[in-house]
Amino acid sequence: MALLQIAEPGLSAAPHQHRLAVGIDLGTTNSLVATVKSGAATVLPDEHGRSLLPSVVRYRDDGRTIVGFDAQAEQSRDPNNTIVSVKRFMGRGLADIQDVGRSPYRFVDAPGMVQLVTRAGHKSPVEVSADILRSLRERAEASLGGELIGAVITVPAYFDDAQRQATKDAAKLAGLNVLRLLNEPTAAAIAYGLDNGAEGTYVVYDLGGGTFDVSVLALTRGVFEVLATSGDSSLGGDDFDHRIYCWILEQAGLHGLSAHDTRLLLTRAREAKEALTEHADTRITAVLSDGQTIDLQLSQATFHAISKTLIDKTLLPVRKALRDAKIGAEDVKGVVMVGGATRMPQVQKAVGDFFGTPPLTNLDPDKVVALGAAIQANVLAGNKGDDEWLLLDVIPLSLGLETMGGLTEKIIPRNSTIPIARAQEFTTFKDGQTALSVHILQGERELVSDCRSLAKFVLRGIPPMVAGAARIRVTFQVDADGLLAVTAREIISGVEASIEVKPSYGLSDDEITRMLSDSIAHVADDINARKLREAMVDADSLLDALDVALASDADLLDEAERAALDEAMQALRDAMAAESTKDINACSHKLNQASEPFAARRMDRNIQRALTGKNIETL
Amino acid sequence: MTADLFSDFQQDHFALFGLPRRFALDGAELDTLWRTAAAQVHPDRFASAGDTEKRVALMAATRVNEAYQTLKSPLARARYLLRLAGIDTAEETNTSMPPAFLMAQMEWREAIEDARHGHDVDALERLSRQLRQDVRAMEDELGAALDERHDHAGAALLVRKLRFLEKLDQEIGDAIEALLF
Repeated sequence: MALLQIAEPGLSAAPHQHRLAVGIDLGTTNSLVATVKSGAATVLPDEHGRSLLPSVVRYRDDGRTIVGFDAQAEQSRDPNNTIVSVKRFMGRGLADIQDVGRSPYRFVDAPGMVQLVTRAGHKSPVEVSADILRSLRERAEASLGGELIGAVITVPAYFDDAQRQATKDAAKLAGLNVLRLLNEPTAAAIAYGLDNGAEGTYVVYDLGGGTFDVSVLALTRGVFEVLATSGDSSLGGDDFDHRIYCWILEQAGLHGLSAHDTRLLLTRAREAKEALTEHADTRITAVLSDGQTIDLQLSQATFHAISKTLIDKTLLPVRKALRDAKIGAEDVKGVVMVGGATRMPQVQKAVGDFFGTPPLTNLDPDKVVALGAAIQANVLAGNKGDDEWLLLDVIPLSLGLETMGGLTEKIIPRNSTIPIARAQEFTTFKDGQTALSVHILQGERELVSDCRSLAKFVLRGIPPMVAGAARIRVTFQVDADGLLAVTAREIISGVEASIEVKPSYGLSDDEITRMLSDSIAHVADDINARKLREAMVDADSLLDALDVALASDADLLDEAERAALDEAMQALRDAMAAESTKDINACSHKLNQASEPFAARRMDRNIQRALTGKNIETL
Repeated sequence: MTADLFSDFQQDHFALFGLPRRFALDGAELDTLWRTAAAQVHPDRFASAGDTEKRVALMAATRVNEAYQTLKSPLARARYLLRLAGIDTAEETNTSMPPAFLMAQMEWREAIEDARHGHDVDALERLSRQLRQDVRAMEDELGAALDERHDHAGAALLVRKLRFLEKLDQEIGDAIEALLF
């Protein structure tokens, strides 16, 4: 059979200029930004030609915030105000953070997510991540010479809803339009698969600085279908550094170190790890703040021995993912290695032994995620690529509700293809009950206390009825970013109550707007002009898309519907000519509403057309 | 985002994919049809479109995935066929089963429990393979009941039995995971 024929409904056929879009790999240790230029994905370097941006943010005493290599260079000198590996804290409460003592930071427990105490005030991990993303946005805009239309931001596949929501909030706070949150192993598979014309079942083994992911994908005729994903969102290269750090403490008989000395030895540990990738042994030297000198020799063999349990820990999710995908290690055609930590020879050997085939390392494990994200961003921005392909991803963890007795009822099982919606009906427990509490959970365990609590809300206004008579339908909707929205509604009484829930870790749009305007002070940009520009761009693409739709499917509308649509389109064109942001937005909104039935009918027709062709071909 | 919003996609799951309404189904053909339909409506195709098209695409893609997942699983497909025929499989309320079936269930449970206590992953894997054979045999029966004999009551009983076996398989899977991870 030929390649899947994929039309581009909704995209303008009219030629337009290249829209600037980037892919961002927001990593625990390092971050990168990439874009597609003249058909090829490429990482955008800084003005010194460096691709990586260390994910380090320092809040200096002169009030400035610095990000990257400069911040990293100063981290031992100012450990409390220099935030590294902030990704580990995204969407996490104080109770979730293992080894609080291991970080040099002072944490405060805030509602939903921890905050870090710095001299610039309490900083949420979302704000720190936004500082990193802002730096990458500025790099991209300087390099590409224009404003970005949007970005694809990668997240570990095993990130739960709270961590995803936090990442999206950070991007918005950095002034980025998020085209999509993309799972890191999936991004790597895109970059790898499109480069190599791969077909078959592949495993992506992604060991980053602080997270481990494994995804099993079926690559068939331009479709990237994720079959299963698993991982550990607090296991990564940092843990290997920590094993060396503990070894140093043990060898040198050290304890009770200052934040400065801790940071210094962690840095030496990381350097030793990197040296052992190339050499059989390495020397570790440091002078502590009390003048004590550390001088140790670490061999590859010792390093392998002290890190073996970490590698074994990665193989458990690998087995789990294979089980979920219902395949064996022998069915896997290739294993793509992603993340700087996969450079360690002992990791490559363990993975090679497990699958009985040497892993694929022909792409730079640091860059492959950002490159894949850039390719996806280019397509989502509406720049027509040479290849047409489709991505079908899954949710990593089951979503459910608390039921009687502190038990979890799964509504959407893990590894379901997204977007997906599932509804479940519940009823009241007592006579005359007028409210129902809904507690949303994510995880695989049976007990509520073993799952992650995402949100709680109460559905009120249920008319009093006898126990068991009310019918409350709770609907879970997971969108293509893997983000969840929950609605609940009583359906028997005619009195409907419904509520949309955002996970409790997510910032409200108001909070983001406030934080954005707080941070906009240093940007010499006229915010009103920017808003007008954005409204015009959105209106333009809306009108373009409708023109294209009408050219092909106008027969789906009767005369009155067509006239109403034409009128709404003209109103928007008038508002654009008058350059009024408010009117443009209002008219765009009206036009969007007016065109919904048309859009739905076209969607239906597109499916039927595509399937009709397919059925004839198959029969 | 409930079903009433999908007013333009109201066909049943079989009609959506242009498939005949029956239990027998070519899995590979369904996969192809699903991917084809998903390619038309996936939100990625509408990332730069207007809000309306984005919303409609999300609903349509959700609808397509739901149809696929219902039809892909033999148990869900049988349950769905019975529902279309107006038959309630009564899986929560009707727990009466033939004694021989219940005896077999107890034997399965004991075998799983023994393997779990003995930390015997291989035995669990063996049980899982045996169970899959039983499941497949029962699916064949279900196909005959639905497609050939049009025996709805018989099919509903088979659905309830299959649901038991599915739970057993889940238990074996959980036991294996608990021992491995």
